[in-house]
Amino acid sequence: MHQFLFLLFGAFCVGGAVNLLVQRKTINSALSLIVVMGSLALLYLLLGAEFVAVVQVIIYAGAIMVLYIFVIMLLNAGEEEQAKGSNVAKIFGIPGLFAGGMIGIWVLLQHRPEEKLIPIGALYGPADQVGMMLFTKYLLAFEVTSILVLIAIMGAVVLARRSHNS
Amino acid sequence: MSALTFLIVAVIKIAITLGVLLTVVAYTVWLERKVVGRMQNRWGPSRVGPFGLLQPLADGIKFLLKEDLTPPYVEKNIYLLAPGLALIMALTSIAMVPIGPIIHLFGISTPVQITGVVDASGQASDINVGILIVLGITSLGVYGIALAGWSSNSKYSLLGSLRASAQMVSYEVSLGLSLVGVLLMSSTLSLSGIVHAQLGTWFGFVPQWFIFKGQFVAFFIYMMAAFAETNRIPFDLPEAETELVAGYHTEYSAMKFAMFFMAEYANMVTVACIASVMFLGGWSGPPLPFLPVAVQAFLPLVWFSSKIFFFLFLYIWIRGTLPRFRYDQLMAFGWKFLFPLALANVIVTAFFVAIRA
Repeated sequence: MHQFLFLLFGAFCVGGAVNLLVQRKTINSALSLIVVMGSLALLYLLLGAEFVAVVQVIIYAGAIMVLYIFVIMLLNAGEEEQAKGSNVAKIFGIPGLFAGGMIGIWVLLQHRPEEKLIPIGALYGPADQVGMMLFTKYLLAFEVTSILVLIAIMGAVVLARRSHNS
Repeated sequence: MSALTFLIVAVIKIAITLGVLLTVVAYTVWLERKVVGRMQNRWGPSRVGPFGLLQPLADGIKFLLKEDLTPPYVEKNIYLLAPGLALIMALTSIAMVPIGPIIHLFGISTPVQITGVVDASGQASDINVGILIVLGITSLGVYGIALAGWSSNSKYSLLGSLRASAQMVSYEVSLGLSLVGVLLMSSTLSLSGIVHAQLGTWFGFVPQWFIFKGQFVAFFIYMMAAFAETNRIPFDLPEAETELVAGYHTEYSAMKFAMFFMAEYANMVTVACIASVMFLGGWSGPPLPFLPVAVQAFLPLVWFSSKIFFFLFLYIWIRGTLPRFRYDQLMAFGWKFLFPLALANVIVTAFFVAIRA
């Protein structure tokens, strides 16, 4: 059951990602990205990290992607123009993808831990555990990230503010 | 409990909850027409059945039989997807809501909650991030409206859905922050855990609900943000009929329009459920020891449904009372008033929780 669900949502995730690149209309690409986010959340849930899963849905699918859609609606972006494509991409595209995939799989197989499935709950799932980790082990990274976000907010305010001297 | 029993119980619970929810949705429409009618000194529906009670049925038949037209030049796939998305998101979140305590029927004990189970120690337990799932589903509900407006290829619809998505993203922040105080006090994210944190009374009759435990500011923030989230008056700018014809569902007809309509009312019910679970103790209430035991068993459901009724009536009452905000007022109210107030509430609550710990 577990494996079946993993394969199902993994397939959704990859399918969404491929569709995201293939689609020529911006809104369809954005919708595929939502599918990717949603199936990623379900994969986190299968790993027993329910807090991370729900936060993934709230932040990525519920907030960030809404802004993407908002911008697409506001600018009324149409179909993208298709370039002719370079000959290098035509010749080496599929073999290159194949080789890259093989190298990736080979590296993953080399670094595979022992033949052991991780049971549900072995990872840091509940919100209180995640909170403890954030405020003890990863405190520096957490605070530095918050300063980074603050800088981004200030940048947005500076850009959005009407200039008084003009 | 074996897997088969679990499955059967779950299916029965889903069927009953969905049936009750859809009935409540249909009769909230009737109640709204009736109450607003009385407020405006007229009768409201009175022709179909006694007191117009069969009006929802007649409306349903009308929606099904009307011509269902799809205008040309719409973005067809998304146009068809949007109403379904809106309705599914509106109906799903009820699964997390604890409607009542554990009941014992035919030798099976189960809590009156779709996602609830009885754990090994005989206590009711549910998903331990329940409230976050409800917030997540609510935040996905924006897509139904946003995509409906965009795919309709009409300027009224587009303006309506632009307004809706900006408004819902803005008020979601205050909505989430207003719940943080309650979560700090109950130190759990599970909805049935939050109800259990509010059991018990002061002086034997005043229930220990979070609204009485110092979260009344949060309650008012929540109610205002929730009105905005459900696009109800005074925040109904996405479908402001005096400016935008009907806003995001201008181009929808028959059953597709009815799906948006049902989604709006189902969202109202969900918001009322969450408000009563978070602030008014869910199915708990003051004890009434003088009632016979057989009646006592139904008390939790009576408490819960009367709280829901109170909130739905409040929605209708406010609709009959208040005018609509201007759009800049709406944004200023959300960001400059509700948001700082919600932040202040979180800080003050955290301070008191830390002192007590």
